[in-house]
Amino acid sequence: MGENGQPQNTAQTDPVVSKPVTRAGMEIASPPEGSADTAAVDRRSFIKWLAVGWSAFAAVAAGYGALVMRFFFPNVLFEPKQSFRAGFPEEYEMDKVSERFKGKHGVWIIRDSEKIYALSTVCTHLGCTPNWLENDNKFKCPCHGSGFYKTGINFEGPAPRPLERFKVSLDDGGQIVVDKSKKFQQEKGEWSDPESYLVV
Amino acid sequence: MADQTDETKGILKRISETPVWESVFRTGIPRNRRQRMMVILNNVFLHLHPVRLPKHGIKLKYTWCMGGLSFFIFLALTVTGILLMFYYRPTVEYAYGDIIDLKEQVPLGIMREIHRWGAHLMVIAVWLHMFRVFMTGAYKSPREFNWMVGVVLLVLTMLLSFTGYLLPWDQLAIWAITVGSNMAGATPLVGTSGPGSSLLAIGDVNFVTPSSDARFALIGGRFIGEAALLRFYVLHCIGLPFVIMIFMIVHFWRVRKDGGISSPL
Repeated sequence: MGENGQPQNTAQTDPVVSKPVTRAGMEIASPPEGSADTAAVDRRSFIKWLAVGWSAFAAVAAGYGALVMRFFFPNVLFEPKQSFRAGFPEEYEMDKVSERFKGKHGVWIIRDSEKIYALSTVCTHLGCTPNWLENDNKFKCPCHGSGFYKTGINFEGPAPRPLERFKVSLDDGGQIVVDKSKKFQQEKGEWSDPESYLVV
Repeated sequence: MADQTDETKGILKRISETPVWESVFRTGIPRNRRQRMMVILNNVFLHLHPVRLPKHGIKLKYTWCMGGLSFFIFLALTVTGILLMFYYRPTVEYAYGDIIDLKEQVPLGIMREIHRWGAHLMVIAVWLHMFRVFMTGAYKSPREFNWMVGVVLLVLTMLLSFTGYLLPWDQLAIWAITVGSNMAGATPLVGTSGPGSSLLAIGDVNFVTPSSDARFALIGGRFIGEAALLRFYVLHCIGLPFVIMIFMIVHFWRVRKDGGISSPL
């Protein structure tokens, strides 16, 4: 607005006036040709440096993002070890399900007439922990009713496959070692693997 | 100002002419249309509202007020949630006992119940809001973008409900979250039991293991334990509310910008 509150469109009304006039009536000072300001940054190099700047920013931001992701994977877990000693084979009664390591390690240790095997306590339906029902001679999951035989084979409820077995071996002192990092699945035919059971 | 009429002015009138009052309430008493608009525009809280509404916009039988109720319940949950945080400790040792104490020992033990029932209510209100928007066709152009923002808000509401579910640390909570978080293990590529999890491997070294997959990132361990409780607590109290508030700001803003509530376009 001009002093009298009217736009001063002198450039339009008077073609003789060629200098651009702002609405405030102030002249725009055009820099002299070839001055240092215009020579230093032309359009091409401006866009180039813009691209370099944003690329650097994006790279740093992505780096921070990756670091934050890594932050969620701790180097030390305060959980029971994947591998543990489970005592001597003689400690396990024939045809009994031992719940000794159910709470701490999530493993049932079962001895039948010819072998000892370690069964995972994680239901293959949605991951709850079934209960061993001695009288019914089966594992029964309280969440959705899946049932498993003592062998781990599923026979009722929504569980799609048998319970998993873990690697069992004997250490130098004759103790059973259960290694949960190696699992054996019946539906893949892995229960015949000699590492999945101990002959007694 | 100080003239003989001072004697006849009411106390409220005199207060409303003090410099303190005028510095807080810029517009003065609204006496015409323009001043009524200025009252709304000049107040940071009121300016979230439109300066005027079409009459049909406040018809309950059309909007059910479910969007507004969702936000109101969210505010109630924020207040009660902050109060609960003064007593609740997210550790395996204390969590369950603190929840019992909140009910039986802490004054106004109903606070935890309000938070719990409010959480159920908010989920219901958000679903009904979505149902109403769908049935009235309010997702159509130019409101498609806000529908998408609303879908994100729905998911965030579900996640708030899910993370809050673990915090009582009873059997129901632990096993519900065990079941729920196992779904993260079925994420394509980055979940151990998901499709394509064996693709991310170099030679024999598999990068997607139970100790490094999406499920692990969520619960901070191989099973629901101390780390999961803490992660869910932080997500429930800080992380998700922060994100949902950003999306709510966009949502409410776009309601206004896309034509206001329930106006036909």
